[in-house]
Amino acid sequence: MDIKAEKIDSEGKNKNIIYKRKTKMEKNIEIKKDNIFKKGVDKIKNIKLNRKVFAYPYILFMLLFIVIPLVMIIAYAFISDKTSSFTFENFAILAKDNVSLRVLWQSLLIGILTTLSCFVIGYPVAYVTSKMKSGGIIIIFFLLPMWVNFLLRTLALKELFNALNLSLGFGSLLVGMIYNHLPFMILPIHTSLISIDKSYSEAAKDLGASGFLAFIKVILPLTLPGIISGIIMVFIPTISSFAISEMLGGGEILLFGDSIHLKTLHNQSGVASVMSLIMLILVLISNVFISKVNKTSNSASLL
Amino acid sequence: MNKKEILKKSLSVFYLVLVLLFLYLPIILVIVYSFSNNSNFTFSKGFTLDGYRAIFAPANRNDLFRALKNTFVLAIIASVVSTILGSIAAIGINQLKPKTKMVVDGVNQMPVINSETVMAVSFMLFFAAFKFPQGWTRLILGHITFCTPYVILSVLPRLASMDNQIYEAALDLGASPIKALFKVVLPYILPGIISGFAMAFTISIDDFIITQFNKGSSGIDTLSTYLYSSLKGQDGMKPYWFPVSSIIIMLVITVVLIVNARKVIVESKKKKAKAVELKR
Repeated sequence: MDIKAEKIDSEGKNKNIIYKRKTKMEKNIEIKKDNIFKKGVDKIKNIKLNRKVFAYPYILFMLLFIVIPLVMIIAYAFISDKTSSFTFENFAILAKDNVSLRVLWQSLLIGILTTLSCFVIGYPVAYVTSKMKSGGIIIIFFLLPMWVNFLLRTLALKELFNALNLSLGFGSLLVGMIYNHLPFMILPIHTSLISIDKSYSEAAKDLGASGFLAFIKVILPLTLPGIISGIIMVFIPTISSFAISEMLGGGEILLFGDSIHLKTLHNQSGVASVMSLIMLILVLISNVFISKVNKTSNSASLL
Repeated sequence: MNKKEILKKSLSVFYLVLVLLFLYLPIILVIVYSFSNNSNFTFSKGFTLDGYRAIFAPANRNDLFRALKNTFVLAIIASVVSTILGSIAAIGINQLKPKTKMVVDGVNQMPVINSETVMAVSFMLFFAAFKFPQGWTRLILGHITFCTPYVILSVLPRLASMDNQIYEAALDLGASPIKALFKVVLPYILPGIISGFAMAFTISIDDFIITQFNKGSSGIDTLSTYLYSSLKGQDGMKPYWFPVSSIIIMLVITVVLIVNARKVIVESKKKKAKAVELKR
């Protein structure tokens, strides 16, 4: 029995070996076929890859008109206006200049107050309209002023202050900044509010949270990316804007943007570059921050 | 609905009306002033079109109309060039390797996220250092650089949503790559290109900061820089600024409302079509 069984077994093995050989040969042929096929695919792919070429002119354009000009700001910050040699004197001039320091302080104050007020006024608007049936149409009227030139809007507001017999100064400038930038806060918050699944707050309420608690614990964190992009869209333009403070500040207040404008008019491009560099760094930091928040909130929503 | 809910709803509507009033009161004021030709509510001259007539007075016409012409010439050149440049670039960028694409996207977004004042200063330093001719060259190049990223940002999503196999199918069926691009890819991304063009055009028309920094001593004024210098000037407000502002405001509001109304109608039609499908 044992021998027989072995025989059958070995026969089976032999058959197996033959079979394996066969498949190997077949595979070889298949591989050859694959190679021919792959070459064909590569050819098609090469044609497809050629579309990359369309990006090259613009990449060159960006290098010339976006990257080099920004590098110029960095370079000019370290070049003396008088001797055109490498220097830190532009930074020193800015640090010693009392007017510039006051400008810095005032800009930050106006920027923070404007951003805070826009958030406090804008969030309820975004929230209420996101809950309404016709909210999609109503929100358009809040965003519409965005399309009217800011000089015209500021001029209009100045006339309103005149009509109400209010004197121009810090307060009127603050109102003007809020007036100009409110839509930029409402828009991103509204966008993130309408993308929230309704079942989230319903689930929170089902689990016993009150309406207010559900809002604080569920809705508010989910709109964080919208809030942060709103803050950046208000804060950066506010402190770097110019002309608005000239028109509404009553001649008392200068902001960062006004100061840069004046410095360029008076051929102090070195100091203007230092101030622009500070703005640029601020922009870059806030954008790194925003992309981080977006990433974490994306992974949170995936969970 | 119980009493509490009604109270809540009326309170929130009241709040919305209050904020809208804040946003629109100044605009309404300017429109009223444009008919009283006076910066107060007394209507001492009654309802008058004097302000509107002042627009066409020969003394004003030259400067104002030149600024208007400059604004539109600049906007048309900048938006057409940036639409062509941006659409071609977007097709290429969409095919780049992920890492390269990330870098290109990052640089491309720079003019969008950056403060406009900083962009304007960087252009100014760059143009001055490399001695670009003053005037139109600088303004047009500045506007193109500032507008193109918006075109790319509105075309790229269309390209990303497009199935690559459609393009490949066109190639398999014997179309040359150029023909496939024009007959297959272009029609698909056309909505993105159109909205990119509209965005570039409005951004260029609306721009003040880039133009103000880069016009130099060329004497070229757009509407916004002309308004700015007129406000700063010793002679103060010219009588036609309220009427001109009112016309621009009404024009902008009408265009935005029409565009949005079309969107709303298209969406409601889609919803209806879906509802009908579900019923079947």
